[in-house]
Amino acid sequence: MPDPTQSNEPLHRALGLTDEERDRIEEILGRPPNDLETSLYSVMWSEHCSYKSSRIHLGRLPTEGPHVLVGPGENAGVIDAGDGIAVAIRIESHNHPSAIEPTQGAATGVGGILRDIFTMGARPIAVMDPLFFGPPDDARQRWLIEGVVAGISGYGNSVGVPTVGGELTFDECYAQNPLVNVLCLGVLPVERLVLGRATGSGNLAVLLGSSTGRDGIGGVSVLASAGFDGGGAPDEDKRPSVQVGDPYEEKRLIEACLDLLDAGLVVGIQDLGGAGLVCATSETAARGGMGMDVDVSAVPRREPGMVPAEVMTSESQERMLAIVRPDDLDAVLDVCRRWEVRAAVVGTVTDPTGEEPGHLVVRESAGGPVVGDVPAASLSDDAPRYRRPLARPADLDRRLADDPARLPAPPDCGADLLALLCDPSWVYRQYDHQLFRNTVEGPGGDAALLRLAGPGLPPSRRGLALATDSDPRRCALDPRGGTAAVVAEAALNVACVGARPAAVVNCLNFGNPEHPEVMWQLSEAIDGMAEACLALGIPVVGGNVSLYNESGGRDIDPTPVVGMLGLVDVLERRPPGVGLAEGGTVIVLTVPGAPAPSLAASRWAVELHDHRDGTPTPVDLDGHRRMVELVGDLVARGVGGGEPLLSGVHDVSGGGLGVALAEMAVRSGVGLQVSGVAGHAELFGENPSVVVACTAHPDEVAALAGAAGIEARVLGRAGGERIVVEGLVDVTVAEATAAWRDRLPSHLDDLSVAPD
Amino acid sequence: MAPRIGVVVFPGSNCEHDVVSALDQAGARAELVWHGATDLSGFDGVVVPGGFAHGDYLRPGAIARFSPVMAAVGELARSGRPVLGICNGFQVLTEAGLLPGALQKNRGLRFICDTVEVEVVSSRSVLTRDVAPGTVLRLPINHFEGNYTCDDETLTRLVAEDRVVLRYVDNPNGSTGDIAGVCNEAGNVVGLMPHPERATEELLGSADGLPVLTSFVAASAASAAVTA
Repeated sequence: MPDPTQSNEPLHRALGLTDEERDRIEEILGRPPNDLETSLYSVMWSEHCSYKSSRIHLGRLPTEGPHVLVGPGENAGVIDAGDGIAVAIRIESHNHPSAIEPTQGAATGVGGILRDIFTMGARPIAVMDPLFFGPPDDARQRWLIEGVVAGISGYGNSVGVPTVGGELTFDECYAQNPLVNVLCLGVLPVERLVLGRATGSGNLAVLLGSSTGRDGIGGVSVLASAGFDGGGAPDEDKRPSVQVGDPYEEKRLIEACLDLLDAGLVVGIQDLGGAGLVCATSETAARGGMGMDVDVSAVPRREPGMVPAEVMTSESQERMLAIVRPDDLDAVLDVCRRWEVRAAVVGTVTDPTGEEPGHLVVRESAGGPVVGDVPAASLSDDAPRYRRPLARPADLDRRLADDPARLPAPPDCGADLLALLCDPSWVYRQYDHQLFRNTVEGPGGDAALLRLAGPGLPPSRRGLALATDSDPRRCALDPRGGTAAVVAEAALNVACVGARPAAVVNCLNFGNPEHPEVMWQLSEAIDGMAEACLALGIPVVGGNVSLYNESGGRDIDPTPVVGMLGLVDVLERRPPGVGLAEGGTVIVLTVPGAPAPSLAASRWAVELHDHRDGTPTPVDLDGHRRMVELVGDLVARGVGGGEPLLSGVHDVSGGGLGVALAEMAVRSGVGLQVSGVAGHAELFGENPSVVVACTAHPDEVAALAGAAGIEARVLGRAGGERIVVEGLVDVTVAEATAAWRDRLPSHLDDLSVAPD
Repeated sequence: MAPRIGVVVFPGSNCEHDVVSALDQAGARAELVWHGATDLSGFDGVVVPGGFAHGDYLRPGAIARFSPVMAAVGELARSGRPVLGICNGFQVLTEAGLLPGALQKNRGLRFICDTVEVEVVSSRSVLTRDVAPGTVLRLPINHFEGNYTCDDETLTRLVAEDRVVLRYVDNPNGSTGDIAGVCNEAGNVVGLMPHPERATEELLGSADGLPVLTSFVAASAASAAVTA
């Protein structure tokens, strides 16, 4: 980070505040801010913490539903899953730290999201990681991939939370700015739900967990709220702004906090993440309508000589702030001692004075002189909100018009099909995905399926499904329709394991919001998400916005990532999964009247021909809703314990029908023979709302589809050792399996992991 | 009567609840035992579960062996009652000297989470006394340091004394002699890297862990009858 003492630039600018923002602070305080106060505002008003560019748009998302217990704005969204059990869910990005220090960047991303979940009183039971890198045929990308996966694996496995899925996308636009998103899901008895509020004048603020050091200072401002300059190794000098994680500390912190909550010993609790102690103290106080008096000398330090601004803004990991009644303090300290968790009283909840809101008051010693004094709520509520200019990209019409239909048909569709197969198990084999004995369907399928169970929960026969999705290439051409299609695909994914979509969380990864084209993409994406969520009846319960994903002036493709939570009423049998059964009938389910499949934004056009343009097929949300309901019902029958109707099911997405069929074959080792696929566009085109199923009961499936307003067409039969699409493809299951299995290891195994 | 089995919890353990629930399913009365406990005399058997005891700082099991409970685990083992170490628990038992050999980093230097086939080699141990040698089980593995190693003399003795309990069918981690689990001379202390507690019902993909856990529970019940 820049050293403000070595520069003639005013402090507020060095810390990332504009002159107008600095004047606004003076207006709030009625006097010029001192250096400490300027530091507090600089982190709290950073893009990362304040959502100042996106907030005016986010209000357009639908957030209500009868089962929503906590919507956006808290540490995590919470829904009522039934049987007295609530589910907390959140997604975040750790893009910028991971670009600079992949292992620690990704590890602390996991640590941070876990704290958001157990802050709500929930035990984290599942993590998912959507990852985006440049193509892996490059040494630096391999270093990033190895590092990020090692960070997630090392932290997640050790802290004891299974990683049950994710996504892996390679595209040139992420080469200098990889994306590391982390989703976490937790479960809790409904009555344990707590909110991050400081109430009760005289109650104590107790800091739990790690000591505080200089690591991560300015992480939210200088690092996460600015782009990279570009060049081979982006911004090495920002590495000290990346935090370092300790999963063992986090594990003990989780157990201690859950014990404290079970024993009813805390009034409110809040994690320390971005913006550290200033964020936790001011947010808990503001939410409770109170103030807080903080003594920085009481904060356990890991290095000498830290000034109050450093203590207040440090992003040292594995820390929580608990609000505790004075009478309970000894009991709190006992629980912490058992788990070897450090605990220190660092503040006191104070009453607002008269009409004044509660103040955050900072002192350098107990009862000593005040070194900083700001209205607590002003740090979050009074942050600027920008209505930044929007502009549709000037070249968009040209891009939409250049359809990949003009590309020549491949001489050998089989070879193209093999080139598109990629097994991501190189990644997820490094993640513990089985802990807690809940994982019924793990990584690699359309969605993860878990039992709704955990230590201390009431018994339940229900299940949870979880999927993450994105489609940045489609979103680059049509951010509104593309984002709607991403929501639609995520809903269909959870339906493929027999679940009903119940809640959405989103992570909006975009470029520089000061570019009007990026703000247009963001605004359009939010509208597309709102349209799809409304049409499918799914509330958005939380989200995260990551901007300034740019390098050398080039923005990433708009990358809204959707996390979808689905509910299963009765989970007694494994879902059919992505596979085929010998002798089964292969059926394709489509929405009647859907246009012919388009190659626009398809993996075939982009990855094999570097053709990124064209007009993608929009999703028919009404038809899609019928598809989601049908597929969910077909699968739920078997999952719930009845006679299974399907022996395999897979939604058609990246790589089109051809890749969907091949994946079903290689994952089951069973071949297939199908016909009636007109050409390469129908084989590789990526229309939304298409599902392939394998069944021994084709008549019954067709009848149910017809009743649901969905078209069921018999494509052929499963069996044998070849994958045959009449007139287009004839390859052996063995060669397809080898191509699929060896793709990632051929890039990532037995190679030097150091960048040049 | 169902035997009472203690499941040790160190700070950093993470499979303790899974093991309790699987043992209960196998007919035991399992309960958690904090690592500070010094008396296990009320238990008919004990399991050291998987996880990262004391954060695996220094190396897996190196600190856990000094936890107060380990002296009591040693006493229980010497009294002939069944002791089982699963994954990190296996690492702890080797560090504590209750089992021979050591677990080093996997060949390939990556964490591996997968479901693999293991063959029951010996029925001498409390874990396999009710399972026929030659039986192949599908069990989950989940480790970074699962590569079993020992000197040649130890290996020769383990084989000669029929103390190799489980072998990998297709060695995933480089273990010497494909060893997935071993036992002590008396057969009452067993360590294995695979997680039988994660494979107790078809809903989870395999129920092959149940026969070995049932065997361990039966051995604990038998030891209870002897000491009673």
